[in-house]
Amino acid sequence: MNKFNINNLDLFYGETHALKNISLNIPNRQVTALIGPSGCGKSTLLRTLNRMNDLVENVKITGDVHFDGNDIYQDSDVTALRMRVGMVFQKANPFPMSIYENVAFGLKAQGNKSKDEIDAIVEESLRGAALWDEVKDRLNSDAFGLSGGQQQRLCIARAISMEPEVILMDEPTSALDPIATHKIEELMDELRKKFTIVIVTHSMNQAKRIADKTAFFWMGELVEHNDTAELFNNPVDQRTQGYVSGEFG
Amino acid sequence: MLNRAQQDKVLLSAIWASATITILFLLWVIWHILSNGLSHVTWEFITTSYTRIGESSGIWSMIISTVYMVGLSLSIAAPIGIMTAIYLTEYSKPGSKVVKVIRFCTESLAGIPSIVYGLFGMTFFVTTLGLGFSILAGSLTLSMLILPVIIRTTEEALMAVPVSYREGGYALGASKIYTIWRLILPSAMPGIITSVILSIGRVIGESAPVFLTAGMVTQIPQSVLDSGRTLTVHLYKLTQELFSQSEWDQAYATATILIVLVLVLNMATKIVAARYNKASH
Repeated sequence: MNKFNINNLDLFYGETHALKNISLNIPNRQVTALIGPSGCGKSTLLRTLNRMNDLVENVKITGDVHFDGNDIYQDSDVTALRMRVGMVFQKANPFPMSIYENVAFGLKAQGNKSKDEIDAIVEESLRGAALWDEVKDRLNSDAFGLSGGQQQRLCIARAISMEPEVILMDEPTSALDPIATHKIEELMDELRKKFTIVIVTHSMNQAKRIADKTAFFWMGELVEHNDTAELFNNPVDQRTQGYVSGEFG
Repeated sequence: MLNRAQQDKVLLSAIWASATITILFLLWVIWHILSNGLSHVTWEFITTSYTRIGESSGIWSMIISTVYMVGLSLSIAAPIGIMTAIYLTEYSKPGSKVVKVIRFCTESLAGIPSIVYGLFGMTFFVTTLGLGFSILAGSLTLSMLILPVIIRTTEEALMAVPVSYREGGYALGASKIYTIWRLILPSAMPGIITSVILSIGRVIGESAPVFLTAGMVTQIPQSVLDSGRTLTVHLYKLTQELFSQSEWDQAYATATILIVLVLVLNMATKIVAARYNKASH
């Protein structure tokens, strides 16, 4: 079963043709990795899935993106979409408030939950992001006091507090040390049981470790898409072969 | 020719000298005012009203008028200025016609000499609108004067809020208005408070546009429709007619109060900003 069906998607930033005729299915409750050299369009594609590209000036999108069968570019309720499709960014972006308030932010924005309900979801989300034990005694202290890896897990907790169906991750470990990265990868292994994960990564090893499916992008095109092991071991296209063997990228 | 190390030394000493001169000038001015004024600042001077003749003359009514003027000017200009800045940074398209017009207006407003505001205020607020010489007419005039400062500095504070906060807020499905209200505005609050400090200083410091619109009556204003004399206007008035030693003393004492007031305001707002930061973190 697919969570997203992307059909003939083209995206332009002004004159720049950033995504060229992309068609890709993203399976439910699996990890799909988007890989490729810088500027290949993988992050741009990720941002079409929760319509974050809407925030950029002069973006033009043709083709369609179906989420559970509904075209998200026909349906105008962006906030509803973003509640169901959470996002974690390349650089951890905790808000300048307490740990608790960070996780509660989205829930309070929704505005229909009681204090007790929010308290419960905050705890559940922090547990879900494997951060609870480290922060349970200092929920009211500044989120900036956390380490880089903890901040990123806080952002994951913030994303899952909305009980989304999908979590988009834009190079979530590129600013972290190997130990923190390892923790996040372990966490993703947990998260895949409940969520559909789409991750953009620069690291082929990371894709190999965590992804069920991998899609390789090259200059705005989707070159190849397959089961991760298949794509790395038996790439069909020469460009994929060159990239995964480390000849360029 | 000087070698590289010598050039560095010359430049560094020039920088140090400039910094020292700045600090010395400031200290000199403050010392001059305080040494002449502080001994005449008594509890009685602060808490009694002004009388032209007689030994027990004070500035209580001017303090009240100043507080009214600051409070009213800010409550008019701050909401308008902050909301304009929010429109400019968060809603308008960069480079659009509306933005250019608003920018041009605020920049022009900022460049006009304050006496011109005074003339305008006297003609329009005092006469045409029939407000008379009053705290209200003065405050309306001063709000026009401080509006550009508030808009500009609030805009800078909002633009300094990282894009990642906005993205983070929107990515959670928070609406634009919620994200601005609960995330961006609180993050920009220290900058906005700073802009309010600047404006308070400006309101306290102006004299010409104030006496042209709020008048110089030395009584405590009973309402915003009464005339009132602010501290700075009072000082201006005193220095125009320095006949006796007692008047010199009053002038320096008033200047002392002004300096202390500005220092206290600065510190108070800094403390508020620090508290606010702690609370929101």
